[in-house]
Amino acid sequence: MASKVIQALYDDDDVLMHAVKKVRAEHHHIEEVYTPFPVHGLDKAMGLADTRIAITSFLYGCLGLTVAVVMMNFIMIEDWPQDIGGKPSFSYLENMPAFVPIMFELTVFFAAHLMVITFYLRSRMWPFKKAENPDVRTTDDHFLMEIGVHDNEKELAALLMETGAIEVIVTEKES
Amino acid sequence: MYTFSNKLRIGSFIAMALGLIFLVIGFVSAPSTVEEAKAMVAVHGESHDGGHAEEATAEHGEEQGHGAEAAHGEEHDASHDTHLLHQLQNRPWSALYVAAFFFFMIALGVLAFYAIQRAAQAGWSPLLFRVMEGITGYLVPGGIIVFVILVLSVMHMNHMFVWMDPEVVAHDELLQGKAGYLNPVFFLVRAAIFLGGWIFYRQLSRKLSLAQDESNDNSNFVKNFRWSAGFLVFYLVTESMMSWDWIMSVDPHWFSTLFGWYVFASMFVSGITVIAMVTVYLKSKGYLEDVNDSHIHDLAKFMFGISIFWTYLWFAQFMLIWYADIPEEVTYYVTRIADYKLPFFGMLALNFIFPLLVLMNSDYKRVNWFVIMTGVVILFGHYLDIFNMIMPSTVGDQWFIGVPEIGGILFFGGLFVFTVFTTLTKAPLRPKRNPFIGESKHFHY
Repeated sequence: MASKVIQALYDDDDVLMHAVKKVRAEHHHIEEVYTPFPVHGLDKAMGLADTRIAITSFLYGCLGLTVAVVMMNFIMIEDWPQDIGGKPSFSYLENMPAFVPIMFELTVFFAAHLMVITFYLRSRMWPFKKAENPDVRTTDDHFLMEIGVHDNEKELAALLMETGAIEVIVTEKES
Repeated sequence: MYTFSNKLRIGSFIAMALGLIFLVIGFVSAPSTVEEAKAMVAVHGESHDGGHAEEATAEHGEEQGHGAEAAHGEEHDASHDTHLLHQLQNRPWSALYVAAFFFFMIALGVLAFYAIQRAAQAGWSPLLFRVMEGITGYLVPGGIIVFVILVLSVMHMNHMFVWMDPEVVAHDELLQGKAGYLNPVFFLVRAAIFLGGWIFYRQLSRKLSLAQDESNDNSNFVKNFRWSAGFLVFYLVTESMMSWDWIMSVDPHWFSTLFGWYVFASMFVSGITVIAMVTVYLKSKGYLEDVNDSHIHDLAKFMFGISIFWTYLWFAQFMLIWYADIPEEVTYYVTRIADYKLPFFGMLALNFIFPLLVLMNSDYKRVNWFVIMTGVVILFGHYLDIFNMIMPSTVGDQWFIGVPEIGGILFFGGLFVFTVFTTLTKAPLRPKRNPFIGESKHFHY
């Protein structure tokens, strides 16, 4: 990562989208874009890879289903197969309809919660985490694009001003 | 404008002719006397009927132990034979009825989906309105055929609805108690009202939809929106009653409160599936150039979601009855699990597990042949669903998916394809000035 970065501020998401496309067309690597709200299509314009979080969620759901089946099978069928109100606890299959609500809920529970935790881990979010915000205005109404500088400061600044940036700042980035 | 491809037209005629022949074979080969029925079962099931015969003798032994009267045993035997005769006579009728209702219900499900799209002012679907209107074109012939079958049942041409038989009602206090609702005249009047209302909305909405193309303001569109909202209220009530009348009443001793919703879910998902399949077909022939993969994606999402909704209702109905195990309710499932194990549980795999796993992936929902393949499976699954609702009460353990059943599917399938694609040729496939047509053209997900 470059220690020196150039930051361009925009005040409109459409302008930002065009700027991102233009900068990419000029083959500059965009380090990061900060926006106050999700800009539709920004990930595609930046060429970011698709998220795989849905796949993890499916796997967590399978895990939840397995947990439910193994748990209910052990408790209700193997460990202490009591006759409770005449329900057939001879085998798991015979008593399965009674377990379906639990199987369903645990599947959803695992899929949802583990996916959220995965999201937090992967995007490095936790309480007391120091906020990484180069400019406070990006949480309100400004958009910021950050590009690493490799001895091409002037050229980059000119390009960014051309794309409609309202402000271009060059700073040292401590990382 | 769409032109009906000759291949498809000839295909639909062949299916209809073949189906008709199969149905006639089914009706001709149905037994007309007790002796014929007994002979048929004896020839048919020498090997697999052994258990049944033993069961019968055991039953008789018990009978004799009770009364020690040979005459009583004989009487029981005779009633058993008439029962068998009625079951075998019912088979071609039930095959006809199941197929007729199945294809009619697809058109009705599409009509409900169409009305919802209009009432919700959906932005993505106006491009598909003409496809939906084409499919609901089957409502008129299909509805009339179902009505004729119901009239023939009332005229005692068959024994599908036991409560229509005054002999049976005279000996059955439960049916006497229900006679206020389940009596032939009221039954037909209700059916006429349901069908009249649905067909009226369909024709009116189609007329307004076509008038909107030619007009220079949006008044037709607004009228259509209001009628659609009104229709949905009417539909919600009548669909529920229709399911009691046309399906639940083949088993008049049994009732279930969420049955109407369950039948609705079945028709809704089949209808959406057919919309998706017809759309993909027309698109592959180059008729719907504005329809993109996002539209298919949305339809596939509906197929996926409503399949799960159907399963939810199926399970809610099954599990409540299984759990409480009250004798007067549970017989419904006892007979199905005893005699219909494969279709009963097989349809769960077809209607739930298969679409769940296949349509979960976002990318697969955009692959057209994937949608068609899943659609075929879902439609077969929902045919089995209707089969499982009707057959156990009309033919019992004498069921088989053979000549009359396949004949019914072929005949009504052919008629369905012919009517739908003929209706599609009657109007341009793209609505001209629907207020949402621009949004629909640029729809992107």
